[in-house]
Amino acid sequence: MTFESVPGVVERKEEHGETTLVVDPARLRDACLHLRDVEGFNFLADITPADYLGWGKRGVAGYYGTEQGRDLNAPSGLGASVASQAYARVPRPKTKRFSVNYHLLALRDGAPRVRVQVWIDDGEALESVVAVWPTADWHEREAWDMMGIRFTGHPNLRRILMEDDWEGHPLRKDYPIGGEPVRFSGEE
Amino acid sequence: MAIVERPTIYEGSRIPSPIPTVLRTPPDLEDTEDVLRVNFGPNHPSMHGVLRLIVDLAGERVVGTEAVIGYLHTGFEKTMEQKTWWKAITYPERIDYVGFQNDELVFVLAIEKLLGLDVPPKATWMRMLLCELNRIHSHLVFLGTGALELGAISMFWYCFRERDLILDLFELVTGVRMHTRYFQTGGLAEDIPPGFYAEARTFCDWMPKAIDDYEHLIGRNEIWLERTQGVGLLSADDAIALGQSGPVLRASGVDWDLRKDQPYLAYDEVDFDIPVYANGDVYDRYRVRIDEMRQSVRIVEQCLDRLEEMKDEPWITDDRKVVLPPRHELHTSMESLIHHFKIVTEGYPVPEGEVYVAIESPRGEKGCYVVSDGGPRPWRVKFRAPSFVALEATATCMHDALVADLIAIVGSLDSVMGDTDR
Repeated sequence: MTFESVPGVVERKEEHGETTLVVDPARLRDACLHLRDVEGFNFLADITPADYLGWGKRGVAGYYGTEQGRDLNAPSGLGASVASQAYARVPRPKTKRFSVNYHLLALRDGAPRVRVQVWIDDGEALESVVAVWPTADWHEREAWDMMGIRFTGHPNLRRILMEDDWEGHPLRKDYPIGGEPVRFSGEE
Repeated sequence: MAIVERPTIYEGSRIPSPIPTVLRTPPDLEDTEDVLRVNFGPNHPSMHGVLRLIVDLAGERVVGTEAVIGYLHTGFEKTMEQKTWWKAITYPERIDYVGFQNDELVFVLAIEKLLGLDVPPKATWMRMLLCELNRIHSHLVFLGTGALELGAISMFWYCFRERDLILDLFELVTGVRMHTRYFQTGGLAEDIPPGFYAEARTFCDWMPKAIDDYEHLIGRNEIWLERTQGVGLLSADDAIALGQSGPVLRASGVDWDLRKDQPYLAYDEVDFDIPVYANGDVYDRYRVRIDEMRQSVRIVEQCLDRLEEMKDEPWITDDRKVVLPPRHELHTSMESLIHHFKIVTEGYPVPEGEVYVAIESPRGEKGCYVVSDGGPRPWRVKFRAPSFVALEATATCMHDALVADLIAIVGSLDSVMGDTDR
């Protein structure tokens, strides 16, 4: 498959035997409709957002208790760290903070798969694909709940795993670990 | 993929609109005194853990349903970002705690794909064997608890009798009954212990007879048939649109199994069939799982045949940058000691990149999306949970259901709440 006629494709990558189509976020829905109706990708396996805040840098993500605490996610080998074995080079920079990955599968011989990837910054919204694949309903709710990605046109974009009144989006890299507020304490 | 030709399950689509996962109470019934809103769960004996359903009942009829999840959310994916790759292997099996071995496999396969590691054949075949034993284990839990919820209490005792035999086998190989952490990047954590093959063969001889027992118990039981046949219908098109996979999809007449259609491990070298049924009801989901257990026994037997020929072969790859050196070398070799220390304290670096690996877990397509920044910890791990997706189908299956069917339907989707909430 060449994917040449898919609308909005910015870049096509072949890595580890997997095809990734980087798509312009504004044309995501067109690309999805095309992939479903023309290329036959009738099965949406998964929607996964990933946060690249602090990618290749130090002192951003994953701290216990205090913000000055130790930095667990900075790869050892950068800066003053003592690592010798790890991290041969600084990873390639990312243009925006979040990637959202749509893993598509066609239920036919050969089981072709493709990953549609869009890049957005904090506060930007994506168009919902619930009308394309109904299964996207909960996947998009999870992406909103965990990463704070907004989807326009979603019929029911509420939190799904966390409580309705939860603050913050736990899978973001700037979300504290072990630092969540305590609801009841002895002082009150 | 082939859709088995049978009479259509129902015309058109039953996926609710506009929200595909919420069955709305009809407007003419809403706010009338005929409708009773019931909160089912999260702590209810027939809710498979901590699933909560908000159900609108008009008499005994279910007119509205919404599934509420998240009560078992433990943040596994976040935690795994803080661990080194080889420490993170312990987490996936606790996500789907019934299909634990398959979860462990998918994560290990993802690491190996990023690393480009080759796994020795003995490890591949042993992985396959344990995953199939685990599939039987998972289906036994489904059958035992599912039948228990419909009143067939004795099924529970019978199924858990065989489940115990499987857990004994796991204990023999790995030292633990569940959550084994036996799959290591590059192969297995330890060699297969002596005596395992004989024990496994005894189990393979016994298991088909046990499955006959189950079928005698409920296969032609009038109550069982009444409560499962024609209940919880899901057509092939709706199942695909809702992302259903595994036994739920195959019970709707879609011949799709990643073990055949996208072979991993050595599934292309063993002989087995994919059971497909076409009525899309609770009964067919039960039939698919019963047949799959028989097929899994076949695969286990073929794995044993192959493994017995590989007696002295290595069980793990020899890449010392990733695999711990043998224990005895630590006393004599400085190089081994350094490698051991480095892997345990720092972890091993995994090349920068992203992969998505999918396998056929007992519940369907289990996917693992992993991003590495080139360091010793995963940057992002995400599991495509088949239980999570299966519960999206509750609203569609609940069309015209009675409150008693509701239990059968939720049971037949076979969700494990750990897998759903992660």
